[in-house]
Amino acid sequence: MSSTLKLDELISQDYKHGFYTEVETDSVPRGLSEDVIRQISAKKGEPDFMLEWRLAAYRHWLTMSEPHWATVHHPPIDYQDISYYAAPKSRKDGPQSLDDVDPELRRTYEKLGVPLEERALLAGVAVDAVFDSVSVATTFKEKLAGLGIVFCSFSEAVREYPELVRQYLGSVVPYTDNFFASLNSAVFSDGSFCYIPPGVRCPMELSTYFRINARNTGQFERTLIIADKGAYVSYLEGCTAPMRDENQLHAAVVELIALEDAQIKYATVQNWYPGDKEGRGGIYNFVTKRGDCRGDNSKISWTQVETGSAITWKYPSVILQGDNAVGEFYSVALTNHYQQADTGTKMVHLGKNTRSTILSKGISAGHGQNAYRGLVKVAKSAVGARNYSQCDSLLLGDRCGAHTFPYIEVKNPTARVEHEASTSRIGEDQLFYCQSRGIAPEDAVSMIVNGFCKEVFKELPMEFAVEAQKLLGVSLEGSIG
Amino acid sequence: MSATAADFYRDEFARVDAWLPGRRLPWLRRARESALAYFADTGFPTLRQEEWKYTNVAMIEKSRFALAAPDRDGVTAEQIDGWSLPGMLRLVFVNGHYRPSLSSVGDLPGGVTLTGLAEQLERAPERVEALMGTVPAAYASGFAALNAAFMTDGAYVEFADGAVLDAPVELLFISTGPDLAMHTRNLVVAGAGSRISLIEHHVAAGEGAYFSNAVTGIVVGHDAEVVHHKLQQESRKAFHIAAVQADLQGGGRFTSRSFALGGGLVRVDIGVGLNAERAACTLDGLYMIDGRQHVDHHTRIDHARPLCTSRELYKGVLAGASRAVFNGKVIVHADAQHSDAYQANRNLLLSDNAEVDSKPQLEIYADDVKCSHGATVGQLDPEQVFYLRSRGVDDASARALLTFAFAEEVVERVDIEPLRALLETLLMGQLPERVKELL
Repeated sequence: MSSTLKLDELISQDYKHGFYTEVETDSVPRGLSEDVIRQISAKKGEPDFMLEWRLAAYRHWLTMSEPHWATVHHPPIDYQDISYYAAPKSRKDGPQSLDDVDPELRRTYEKLGVPLEERALLAGVAVDAVFDSVSVATTFKEKLAGLGIVFCSFSEAVREYPELVRQYLGSVVPYTDNFFASLNSAVFSDGSFCYIPPGVRCPMELSTYFRINARNTGQFERTLIIADKGAYVSYLEGCTAPMRDENQLHAAVVELIALEDAQIKYATVQNWYPGDKEGRGGIYNFVTKRGDCRGDNSKISWTQVETGSAITWKYPSVILQGDNAVGEFYSVALTNHYQQADTGTKMVHLGKNTRSTILSKGISAGHGQNAYRGLVKVAKSAVGARNYSQCDSLLLGDRCGAHTFPYIEVKNPTARVEHEASTSRIGEDQLFYCQSRGIAPEDAVSMIVNGFCKEVFKELPMEFAVEAQKLLGVSLEGSIG
Repeated sequence: MSATAADFYRDEFARVDAWLPGRRLPWLRRARESALAYFADTGFPTLRQEEWKYTNVAMIEKSRFALAAPDRDGVTAEQIDGWSLPGMLRLVFVNGHYRPSLSSVGDLPGGVTLTGLAEQLERAPERVEALMGTVPAAYASGFAALNAAFMTDGAYVEFADGAVLDAPVELLFISTGPDLAMHTRNLVVAGAGSRISLIEHHVAAGEGAYFSNAVTGIVVGHDAEVVHHKLQQESRKAFHIAAVQADLQGGGRFTSRSFALGGGLVRVDIGVGLNAERAACTLDGLYMIDGRQHVDHHTRIDHARPLCTSRELYKGVLAGASRAVFNGKVIVHADAQHSDAYQANRNLLLSDNAEVDSKPQLEIYADDVKCSHGATVGQLDPEQVFYLRSRGVDDASARALLTFAFAEEVVERVDIEPLRALLETLLMGQLPERVKELL
């Protein structure tokens, strides 16, 4: 929230991305069965290995039960009452350029402020916009292709680069990983695929907008990013969703693979519909995100700003396999009204001299419940491993909750692991200090909240940092009194 | 659980039923039977349970420990002198049975009751019923249920309002033989403004594998103070399971210091309910283990009402192939404003095969609170070792010295002189000879 923005304005603001685009969608009927999976696979024209993989995942999923260990509460999910596939109709003809894209869609992106066309060029962002499960437009493709970078929708990657997909898909998050990851593996609709060849530094920030649009369509995105030896890529993911009443399930999987000397930065601003002030509706965001520092000296960095969703349940993790690998996790999670967030990270140290940093900032307001749940695991092989974790919570209001569940497992005596957590609220003395210098209480609160998150925001690319600050302000509306 | 363990404990209950204390008390009988039924249903905890994910008790489940009868032991007064701390009042328990002839209680002032629980069940059953008569709907674990079903004896300590004793009370628990099970229950009641200082001391007369399962309930009245020291020196093959629950009233203070040095498989649960305003607690602990020892501490502090304070420091030194688990939960309930909680867990790993699993945990449902925690795992600071070496101290001694200093932070908080001296002696026992000259 910019400090000039008045609090009254904030409080009266509605969810500004709440609109609904009338686009005909091509859905499969509700419910889940092997037939539905065959149908999805056929619609997408996938090779056999993909279908086999989906079916294996589905069969495994049937043997699993929904996990209940997170400190979140929700009514049971009826997996047979979800439509597992929806593609915009216009897809059939396959838009050749942006002009071919449904004008309704284009207007949607404009409202969202997606920098397409010239704006994209100015902003220096290539957008692979995912609209209801199928990518409809990809920009900057030629420029990236010139460098040998593959950046396309997942469906396209399955068709055009089956060998790459086959080699890496499920190698970080296997289809047996967990309930929601298995479900995703069986029914995933689309997502983004990115491959950076050896020694290439991706010249621009890659970005994708995910968006849930059609009613009752769960989104099952799948993202796979591979940075080959010595490559570098920075990837941005932003989420907004239109207003609606029914809860929607979102179970995405993101896999990152960094080979020797490679570096991946993955930033997320998540602003799915959080439900109304009484906690009705909102998105269930049950996501599996994991990076694998497979090569020596590789680095994976997760930055997330989580302001949306009725329930957020995600733990972007890093497996530090290579020697000297580095994992980072920077997070701001905000829960207001009846939102629930159970988020954190896992840092698994396997290689020598691996290092990880965890910085988590939780803000709870209203009846919001915010939990940090993290694991730092140092295996016996991880000589000289180093971890530093800091989890801070800020409470606004006396009906909200902040929780910390750090797991520390150390099997190597040369490791150094430190964890710190603190909980505080905005102190009267802090407010008094600001007021005595002529700063209105509302501005003071916004300053303090932004200051609290500053260490994380500075990890975000510029445009995202600005958006994140605004989101924070919007999400806190009605909570500061 | 396997049907065999449930069957074994059912048969065992039938075998010992005749001499369990309080047979004629219907409420106690009900409590024992419902606890046994609960155990038959749930069995021993497994690794799939979050609270037990790092501690495998399968060995206890597989073993067949027999409840020790009150008669056969053969512990002598001379032996007691070797184990006990000087200058204290003492209740001695051998294999889970109170032994007045070995104890030294002396003349107690009015308002102070120091005796065995079985004896108190005979003397004042209504009072005991009032304190422990209700049958819980669920037990914290199968161990708590087993204790409720098989409890033989334990310390009964009650101080009336304002009562104070000059000397601390040592509760000495001695285990004599292999394959025995001891299910002891201690009750401690501190009336308003009273002050109780206890040392729960577990020692082994032999090196066997036995199963000690102790439950201690402590009630701290208004502005009363209870200091509970627990020194555990069980045999290296023993299974030691202990649960302590302290409930505090307004202005009450509770201090727990747990020193875990012995035992093969050790699990200690310490729970504190800060149930009224201005109650305060301090939980300290030190585990110093090697070989294949496994020591698990779970603590839980409930800030249920406003203006309460809690402080916690647990430190661990791990050598050999030992494994330590620490789980510290602090829960600040809704409306428990002005809660102040601090918790720290620090671990020193001295060997390649040692492992530590630490999980500090905060759950906060009120906003005007000051809560923080920290956990560290590491080895000795190379710069500190270098500092000592540059002053002519050899490497082994420098490391020993720093290890001693690390552990001493918890030991020096002990304000009972003979206990602190014993702890320091025990710590030194683990250091090379030449270090002692330096200290």
